[in-house]
Amino acid sequence: MPHLDSAFNLARWLTHGNQEAEDIVQEAFLRAFKFFDSFHGDNGRVWLLGIVRNTFYTWYQQNKQQSQYTQYEDDLHSSEASFYRSAEESNPEAILMQKDSQRLLQEALRELPIEFREVMVMRELEDLTYKQIADIIQIPMGTVMSRLGRGRKQLAAILAAKTQQGGSQ
Amino acid sequence: MNHEEALNLVPAYSDNELSVAEAAGFERHLNGCDECQQEYAEQVRMSALVKHNAVYFEASPQLAKRLVAALPKAQSSKKTNSIWDWNWIIAWGGKGAVMASLVAIVWSTSLFLATPSFQEKLTGELIASHIRSLQVDHLSDVISTDQHTVKPWFKGMLDFSPPVIDFSSSGFPLEGGRLDYINGRTVAVIIYHHNKHPINLYVWPDSSKDSGLQNTNRNGYNLVHWAVNGMDYWVVSDLEARKLTSFAESLHNQLGKPMKARGQE
Ligand SMILES: [Zn+2]
Repeated sequence: MPHLDSAFNLARWLTHGNQEAEDIVQEAFLRAFKFFDSFHGDNGRVWLLGIVRNTFYTWYQQNKQQSQYTQYEDDLHSSEASFYRSAEESNPEAILMQKDSQRLLQEALRELPIEFREVMVMRELEDLTYKQIADIIQIPMGTVMSRLGRGRKQLAAILAAKTQQGGSQ
Repeated sequence: MNHEEALNLVPAYSDNELSVAEAAGFERHLNGCDECQQEYAEQVRMSALVKHNAVYFEASPQLAKRLVAALPKAQSSKKTNSIWDWNWIIAWGGKGAVMASLVAIVWSTSLFLATPSFQEKLTGELIASHIRSLQVDHLSDVISTDQHTVKPWFKGMLDFSPPVIDFSSSGFPLEGGRLDYINGRTVAVIIYHHNKHPINLYVWPDSSKDSGLQNTNRNGYNLVHWAVNGMDYWVVSDLEARKLTSFAESLHNQLGKPMKARGQE
């Protein structure tokens, strides 16, 4: 299935659980299949991610009254399929420390406003250009830039606060 | 370019999204502005942190099966049990991309890591670290021109032992060492200088194959990279490329020697 991992990764970062993300990906693939003739670009992944995102926001509008998801699955424990890109360390303490800092990073990303989180996922994890992100979200490239800039600053601030909390316990 | 304009462009610069002309104007300002340098370092640091440490959620095999079952079969007269819907992939690939490359993009995660932007991001991090090290006396955590002082200092700080070699005789005296955070891990930095130009040598273990010297110039800094005996080496400096390369060559030659020949390494 072309671009399935990209579609799922974006959906999973927009939602809070595997089930919702899988439903959104399925809906998006059905739409993509249906509207395939309207695709005239040269990058299928960008086109599909745009559909995933629209599907998510439609779903989100419909569901936000009912579920104000106060709870969400713990990312690090629920997703066996996920993997870490970082290098493995042989030292068990280093692994613990790394796991812990990865958990903090994961939590911090979850706390970011969604408009920052989505551009960061597209940029850092999907390696898309400003132009491609602008096409997906339908915003000017300058807005992509400022959202990335502000998102990273806010992430740094959240992480700094979390690290301090952890240290004072 | 004034400070306000430059500060606004920091994210685009750290993402390599500025035109050559814009980047040149930006760099003229950056070289003399602490605030913009700090902003740049933060952008590069956060970008790399997310890129290398945030979870990438892969789709489960069940999801692929579920999709194949859900998708209309109209386009394909033959029923297929495989999760590869070849007709669809071919149709999709036909829309501008060669099928083989599309399949490669989809299925190779190692390709993801090998894209040029990974290298670009790494050089960006190295330069940000180099620039940071020039500020506020943070060049060295241990200041010593004696390799027998610097080398033990790294012990206990790291799970690997970086080579510390003095090159005073060739005009590149050792100045000290420090730890830094690059590419999602703690790395050793050994500091040299040549005619007041500081040189940072970054070392970390890497399982990739040995590679010869490779030069890069970015943002007005020169970088030389090589890998030998399971270690990755990067030197970064504002020193001119020819001199920096000759320094890198002498290091490379020393490190390429068998362990015994180097004595107490
Ligand atoms: Zn400035």
